[in-house]
Amino acid sequence: MTQPRTMLEISGLEKSFGDIEVLKSIDLKVQEGELVFVIGPSGSGKSTMLRCCNRLEEPTSGAIFIEGERITDIPRRDLDRMRLKVGMVFQGFHLYPHMSVLKNVMLAQIKALKRAKPEAEARALEMLDQVGLKHKADAMPAELSGGQQQRVAIARALALDPGVMLFDEPTSALDPELVGSVLKVMKDLRDKGMTMLVVSHEMQFAREAADRVIFMDGGYVVEQGTPEEIFGNPKSDRLKTFLSRVSHEDAGAEAD
Amino acid sequence: MDTFIQTFFNLDIMSQAFPLLLKGAVMTLKLCAVVIVCGLAGGLMLALAALSPNRALRWSAIAYIDLFRALPPLVLLVFVYSGLPFAGVRLSPFMAVVIAFFLNNSSYFAEVFRAGINAVPKGQTEAARATGLSQAQALTYVVLPQAVRNVLPDLLSNTVEVVKLTSLASVVSLSELLYSANMARSVTYNASPLVLAAGMYLLVLWPLVRVIARYQRGLAVN
Ligand SMILES: Nc1ncnc2c1ncn2[C@@H]1O[C@H](COP(=O)(O)OP(=O)(O)OP(=O)(O)O)[C@@H](O)[C@H]1O
Ligand SMILES: [Mg+2]
Repeated sequence: MTQPRTMLEISGLEKSFGDIEVLKSIDLKVQEGELVFVIGPSGSGKSTMLRCCNRLEEPTSGAIFIEGERITDIPRRDLDRMRLKVGMVFQGFHLYPHMSVLKNVMLAQIKALKRAKPEAEARALEMLDQVGLKHKADAMPAELSGGQQQRVAIARALALDPGVMLFDEPTSALDPELVGSVLKVMKDLRDKGMTMLVVSHEMQFAREAADRVIFMDGGYVVEQGTPEEIFGNPKSDRLKTFLSRVSHEDAGAEAD
Repeated sequence: MDTFIQTFFNLDIMSQAFPLLLKGAVMTLKLCAVVIVCGLAGGLMLALAALSPNRALRWSAIAYIDLFRALPPLVLLVFVYSGLPFAGVRLSPFMAVVIAFFLNNSSYFAEVFRAGINAVPKGQTEAARATGLSQAQALTYVVLPQAVRNVLPDLLSNTVEVVKLTSLASVVSLSELLYSANMARSVTYNASPLVLAAGMYLLVLWPLVRVIARYQRGLAVN
């Protein structure tokens, strides 16, 4: 058996905003084809960590490697090239509202990847098909449901052939009945072998689809393990407290 | 009643004055074109400078915008045309008007663009940058089209203001529409050329004003 490739490695990552130390020391590895899940209380720095991985946020110190390349000290002018390797999906979708769905998925292919237009269009349609929205290619984003918009945003990132996909609470802004369609797309992606780092509160999805779960709190990775270990046999008190609070919230939400 | 019509709506005098007024109108349109095109371009540059992370650049742009928005355009014009010669800078009336109104107008356009850009959610830029677009590409293809759409009525309003503003050029004897009409009035001892000029302003501005009103009502409905 060949050794699995490390697609994303975070080592000793620290990030402060002014005096506030948000990430104190984060170490994390994601192997090729792995789906790694990140959970943790609000404000624990999950988004900040993801945003450091494509340098939307500048780390204060530490190193991040994407497919073996140390991206934390590449010069700013090379950032755009690096970002092509890291797909990112946001909580708020952020589709470009003035362009059709197809154009949304084509823009960066043409302008950043320098693909020819026909090739970019073919690729865009292929990706839209993969997320089940080929028939919406000519629609404007405002005509789509939140779940559909998020799937287009996933297609937009995938069209650039990234090595790693980062998801920051991709379903948190969605009505409950639309969550499933987005999770299904993510599961398909995982089955195709995509490497994914996912911040999310969908614990049920983590149980079904995650290879590993990371629990972050207070700027550190407090605990990590398989979903069974994390949910079935949490070791630290902080994780136990977090899980019981989340399950209460879930129960509360279902009772609504 | 007859004298009223003779004084304000004298068709003979209007048709006599028409060629002169048409020349004036062409000058007015030429002024507008130069001031609007330069004002838009300058305003966009200023807006970007005012939003730049570079502190020196940002503060100079904000100082420029504030200064020239505060100074009355007529004061600027008289200063550029009649004040600058004391420093040895002598400008033709046309150049003086273009420079004075550019200073005034670029600062107005800058403020409009700045508001438009600010109203585009930050997530748009982040999404664009995350897909490998450069800062300039994100601005060109993602932010600016949305920013312009956000402030289209204001850009149009400002354009209307420029057209009105150019009538001030008559104080430096630039033969634009108002100046020509006033000259025709003094030659014919009749107010009809002024009425004709007013009609010509209306012809250009009224449709624009309608479009703006429509647009704003549309925004209010949505
Ligand atoms: N640009 C910023 N400037 C200052 N503080 C920031 C900035 N971005 C994040 N923070 C702070 O960093 C901390 C971590 O934020 P972050 O968004 O990474 O948390 P999170 O774990 O993603 O939380 P949530 O579950 O609510 O999304 C918070 O206290 C937040 O206020
Ligand atoms: Mg977050």
